[in-house]
Amino acid sequence: MEQGWRQAKGMFWAMLTAPLFWLVVFFFVPLGIVWLYSFGENRGLIDIVFTGTWSNYAHIFDLTQPYLDIFVKSLWIATLTTFFCLVLGFPVALAITFAPPKAKAWLLLLVMLPFWTNLLIRTYALMAFLRTEGYINTTYHVLFDMANAVAGGHLGTFQPMELMNTNFAVVLGLVFVNLPFMILPLYSTLDRMDRSLLEASLDLGAGHISTLFNIVVPMAGAGIVSGILITFIPALGSYLTPDMLGGPDSQMIANVIESQFKRANNWPFGAALSFILVYMTFIGIAIQGLLERKDAGRSA
Amino acid sequence: MSLGSSRRSLLTAMGAAAVGISFGGLSGCTKPVSKSINFYNWDTYIGDTTLADFEKETGVKVKMSIFATNDELFAKIKTGNAGFDVIVPSNDFVTYMSQAGLLLPLDHAKLPNLKNIDPAFMNPPYDPGRKFSVPYTWLVLGIGYRKSAMKDGKVPDSWKWLFDSDVYKGRMALLQEAGDLMRLGAKYLGHSVNGIPDEMLKQVEAMLIKQKPYIKAFHNDDGQDMLLSKEVDIVMEYNGDIAQVMKEDPDLDFVVPKEGSQINSDTLAIPKDAPNPEEAHAFINYMMDAQAGAKIYEKILYPTPNAAAKALMPESYKNNPVIFPPAEIMAKCEYAAFEGPARAQVYDAALTRIKSA
Repeated sequence: MEQGWRQAKGMFWAMLTAPLFWLVVFFFVPLGIVWLYSFGENRGLIDIVFTGTWSNYAHIFDLTQPYLDIFVKSLWIATLTTFFCLVLGFPVALAITFAPPKAKAWLLLLVMLPFWTNLLIRTYALMAFLRTEGYINTTYHVLFDMANAVAGGHLGTFQPMELMNTNFAVVLGLVFVNLPFMILPLYSTLDRMDRSLLEASLDLGAGHISTLFNIVVPMAGAGIVSGILITFIPALGSYLTPDMLGGPDSQMIANVIESQFKRANNWPFGAALSFILVYMTFIGIAIQGLLERKDAGRSA
Repeated sequence: MSLGSSRRSLLTAMGAAAVGISFGGLSGCTKPVSKSINFYNWDTYIGDTTLADFEKETGVKVKMSIFATNDELFAKIKTGNAGFDVIVPSNDFVTYMSQAGLLLPLDHAKLPNLKNIDPAFMNPPYDPGRKFSVPYTWLVLGIGYRKSAMKDGKVPDSWKWLFDSDVYKGRMALLQEAGDLMRLGAKYLGHSVNGIPDEMLKQVEAMLIKQKPYIKAFHNDDGQDMLLSKEVDIVMEYNGDIAQVMKEDPDLDFVVPKEGSQINSDTLAIPKDAPNPEEAHAFINYMMDAQAGAKIYEKILYPTPNAAAKALMPESYKNNPVIFPPAEIMAKCEYAAFEGPARAQVYDAALTRIKSA
């Protein structure tokens, strides 16, 4: 027995070495270098020296600078995105849970289908819909002309809807991209739910709505929290969507980070901004951990 | 037996072919026959068959990748080992990169086609003596517009329409390049694009913040597409980009504003750590060939500094006022000089404030 355990331990370490090596060399080391950059300064034309300065962080928290506002704005856009994903994703996840087993596989496939297409291509596809001369506006134009013919021209001239290059387009794009990340964890918890509790609730006279909010939502708590987290974090750091769908007002923090690494060529400051984003992610994960522990405590 | 003999004859034939190929390679050119080079270029910036023609002539395969801004190019080259053999930096970045020791000094003996370049481009302030770069195109920023959408059919021949007016509210897009925006803002206010004092930068920033509600978007050098798809009616863009879409839509036009503008020049250069500098020189030399050049400029419709190639071009190119704007307006245009790395941070911070205001 002793020998077996030792062997298994050796096996365990042997199995772990490769992924551990990968994690350290390709994740922790590069990330550590960027972390060090955030305490560095530019010297000359291309060099960065590590001086241990806090000035990059001080610059972010300087209230005369726009960076805190941009963080707040990014948080707000990510919150809106997560909210809409939850509101849209919950009914979808519930519907898939109660679908007949045969349909279930197909419905899940449909949810995952967008992952087979590159994000950039999906964003361009969305642009084709939202543009001034895009599918939405051309359809609207046809309907408007028909309505106008009926109304005898009293509706005036056609004004296309301004959909592209707005904050609305950014949130729409982010919801479009992140919705599957919300649906899948919700589905996985809802699917494991004990259905006899629902029957009990309905038998004992609770309506469908109160069953939903008093039984289903509390039981899906863990799924909701992980869905929120897994949607919120990528939305907070999104770069492509605000860049392509946004207007002059839609700059998010990742766009600023990008311009620090490229246009401004100020890597130390870009690194500091990136790490503030990383810290915010840590806080999000910590909150999830706390909620889960509380959840576990309650059910124990 | 018959099978054996036929196989052997097949092998002989293949051997002969192989010998033939290697002889062909040797007699075809004196340069070493090599694998491939990596060419890092802007989008829509090469002739349809240029790379294939070069491969046919020299046996060197050219793999092209695309970048969108000089900053992107700089970030790649700065980190080293980017693997590119030929790059296309603009004038101010030639100064920046050469000062930072990122460019290989060119061997003019390997570039006999330099004789084709207009002498006016041979000793520019950004690269005296053409030590690090050869000119590929020059370009000027101006206003691309949809003729039928202009108020009273007037030509929008002032930066005012983009920087300081609500006439084209929600129908305009500006280039998302902090430096270009701030420099041209100063140009509109009557200053040179270089040596802009701090107070004037504040003034430009305030002007653009005031203008922001009327701006549809800051575009990533795809303003010509926004114009073509009727997303906007008036846009800040480079002359060649607008010349390209004017072929598709005759309702579009381009003007260099009367206040003057900024000229850029894109150049061909070799990074210091290029894996194949020999072939890179051969490729640059080929790009300066009159015939090859004519095929490129015919396609990309940017003004050429190559006098021999220009001589081969049709009148529709040589006398095109979009590609070659009138001399009196070009006299008011200037090159933007490289003013140190801290300058880019000042401009970028201003644009960040404008966008978050």
